[in-house]
Amino acid sequence: MSILNLAWLIPLFPFLAFVTIALFAHRNRALSHQITIGGIAIAFVLSQVVFWAAVLIPVDGGEHLFESTAIRWLPAGHEVLSLGVWVDPATVVMLFMVPLVCMMIFIYSVGYMNFGTPQIDPRYSRFFAYMSLFATGMLGMVVFNNLVAFFLFWEIMGTCSYLLIGFWYEKESAFRAGLKAFLVTKLGDLFLMVGLVMLYAEVGSLAYRDVFAPETLHHLAETPFLGTPLSMAAVISLLIFGGTVGKSAQFPLHVWLPDAMEGPTPVSALIHAATMVSAGVFLVVRTFPLLTAVDGGVQMTVVAVIGAFTAIFSSVIAVAQNDIKRVLAFSTISQLGYMVAALGIGAYVAGAFHLITHAFFKALLFLGSGSVIHGMEHGHHHAHEHGGHHEEHGHEEFNPNDMMNMGGLGRRMPRTFWTFLAGGLALSGFPLITAGFWSKDEILAQAYETAPWVFWILAVAAGITAFYTMRQICMTFLGQPRTAAARHAPESVPSMTVPLIILAVFAVGLGWAGIPEHFPVIGGLIPNWFHHFMGSAIGAAHTAEHAAEAVGHAAEAVAGFVWQPLAMGLAFALGGLGLGWLVYGWRPMGADDPDRVQAAMSRVGLGWLHTAMRNRFYFDELYHWVFVRGSIWLAGVFDAFDYGQAEGRHGVVDGMVNLAGRVGRILSQVADWIDTHIVDALVDLAGRAGRAGSEATNVFDLKVVDGAVDGVGSVIRAGGQALRPIQTGRVQNYLLLASAMVLALVATFFVMILLLQIW
Amino acid sequence: MVPLQWYLILSAVLFCVGLYGVLARRNAIAILMGVELMLNAVNVNLLAFWRYREPASAVGQVFAAFVYLVAAAEVAVGLALVVAVWRTRATVVVDDVDQLRG
Repeated sequence: MSILNLAWLIPLFPFLAFVTIALFAHRNRALSHQITIGGIAIAFVLSQVVFWAAVLIPVDGGEHLFESTAIRWLPAGHEVLSLGVWVDPATVVMLFMVPLVCMMIFIYSVGYMNFGTPQIDPRYSRFFAYMSLFATGMLGMVVFNNLVAFFLFWEIMGTCSYLLIGFWYEKESAFRAGLKAFLVTKLGDLFLMVGLVMLYAEVGSLAYRDVFAPETLHHLAETPFLGTPLSMAAVISLLIFGGTVGKSAQFPLHVWLPDAMEGPTPVSALIHAATMVSAGVFLVVRTFPLLTAVDGGVQMTVVAVIGAFTAIFSSVIAVAQNDIKRVLAFSTISQLGYMVAALGIGAYVAGAFHLITHAFFKALLFLGSGSVIHGMEHGHHHAHEHGGHHEEHGHEEFNPNDMMNMGGLGRRMPRTFWTFLAGGLALSGFPLITAGFWSKDEILAQAYETAPWVFWILAVAAGITAFYTMRQICMTFLGQPRTAAARHAPESVPSMTVPLIILAVFAVGLGWAGIPEHFPVIGGLIPNWFHHFMGSAIGAAHTAEHAAEAVGHAAEAVAGFVWQPLAMGLAFALGGLGLGWLVYGWRPMGADDPDRVQAAMSRVGLGWLHTAMRNRFYFDELYHWVFVRGSIWLAGVFDAFDYGQAEGRHGVVDGMVNLAGRVGRILSQVADWIDTHIVDALVDLAGRAGRAGSEATNVFDLKVVDGAVDGVGSVIRAGGQALRPIQTGRVQNYLLLASAMVLALVATFFVMILLLQIW
Repeated sequence: MVPLQWYLILSAVLFCVGLYGVLARRNAIAILMGVELMLNAVNVNLLAFWRYREPASAVGQVFAAFVYLVAAAEVAVGLALVVAVWRTRATVVVDDVDQLRG
């Protein structure tokens, strides 16, 4: 068992890579990326060792769990937070996926950052350092044994996403996208943190062993929340789910993810496949016993509804997008919705399986789109250098991401095309030969049994997914080139295409690990390894009986083969692909054709709907108006309160001050009248008498008193003049003086002590 | 176990580096960073004394956490000031901001 202790070291090496680059290697580009790839390669080897060690242990209940002895990590008064590694099936399958996909992305990044760009990015080393840190965040989150460490690494990823999405911060849009991603996910994290605090307050520990112990879960399920009918477990798991909504971009916090496309493409692949968004789903996988602690609780329904709605909502948006990366971004949101919905209906194993397969084919699709974009940029430069087709687009802004500018790239970039095709088919669930089919099929089969409404939503979403995937493939790779750039696009360098090929192998072959045993014909040939392995986690003694029941229930559902969900899934997937090909592939679009779906929809009077889809149903605008403008408006109100007069506006404070002024003026006018007519007469009289007396004292005054007063004044003035040079207006001079004085005081103190001792 | 003095030496060195930064750098942001170093030196000091003298109570940690909070607030205000100065005078060099001289 001790070999599983190696899991400790997995996050260490990417972290060392980050530190080394940041401190020592940031001037040397080649060394930077070598260190990065080396760090992840060591993590990959260690993960493989842990993976196979864990897999080869016999499958009987509970054996799959390994927890290392914990070290004392954070002593706080009488409490001590301890830290250890926790290797259960969920960890192990993540350890199979994360370092492998990360490594592919890192290798690809080397090609991406060197090839096709006019000059190499000045922050090249920094890019690789951040990427390493990102991998550290994900790996650390996966292996450690308590929710505090989970949260810590989760936040490391949040920081990295901000840094990398806004990597090209000279671009206003990139900088804003980074900020948006950070703030929106922080909103989700706030819920997560409150959930963790409540959990700690209730349980007194955040270690998985304590939190997921059956008696703890039972206690949480029985305890009502503040006298409401909701149980503590339901409330806490919903709050924790808030973190998932932010990180995995579920509705209503989905707005950050499409904007995150502003980062370099390898970053998009990393965020969308291996790390950030998978982390959100992994959180639900991790806290699944808590989620299912109450039978038929409202929390499961909420999770399922949000997941299902997100799945269909964002797949509809994806149909109307023309930016090659944005289509993939919305498809990611939709697939994450799939996983979340699967977990919400208790299909734990299927959800986790889809998480793994999706990571492979989505990384593949993103890297493929990056290769396409690079090809387009290259082709654009090439076309310009050789004169020729200037007039087509002139010098107007050329957008290499726009699929309208592509077409026919399949012949120019064969390797990218075939791998992208493999990824696309996996995404749309093309039957039998792709991994996406098996994981989707499993989700659909379980949804069919447990929650038919979820099944129908997901099936329709699968159809739309297949449709837009085919649309994307057709617009990008098939037909004739629609611009000069597409005509001249070259294939990418091997360091970019080799990772694509490796990922494509997994996108196709990974499904074989999870073929249901009751599947017709090929079902029995290969054991449903994934289901046995992953399912045993829930069967293990350390998790709640409810979770085991929920999963057992779902597992029974697929125990007997049911053909309806399979047939429906197939019909939707193939129907979507076929329809997509009919619309976009059969007669390819010409250079200036409008989008086919758009044209068709405006013909039947649904043009407004297409516009809404293209504009993402105006959620960004809505949030902008409500939250951003709302904050600015509120700030404006406070501003007006303070400085009403500044620009001709009348604020509240100023108004009050002015009113007081006017009242005072009227009073003083009354007083003036009394003054001039009554008081003056009396005063004049007294004045004449006084004048005589004062002339006598005048002499004394001038000579003696004035002399004294002037003397005081001039002494002060001379003192001020003398001290003036000290007041330089420079902060540092003051600070220097202050610290010198402190030193002097300390010195005096010591001298006095010394004197006292001698004396 | 590492003796207490080592922590105190580390803290003193950190403090001096921070102080040097505050006094010698001309960039306002670098000065803020120096201030942060000094605050962190104080934190190291606090935590070292807590760990070696009063490990049973959480008060040292609480105090250090408090310093962090204050430091965060201080940076927020400080950076806002730097931004304000940058907007009005297009400089972050503190020597150029000497309108308060006598």
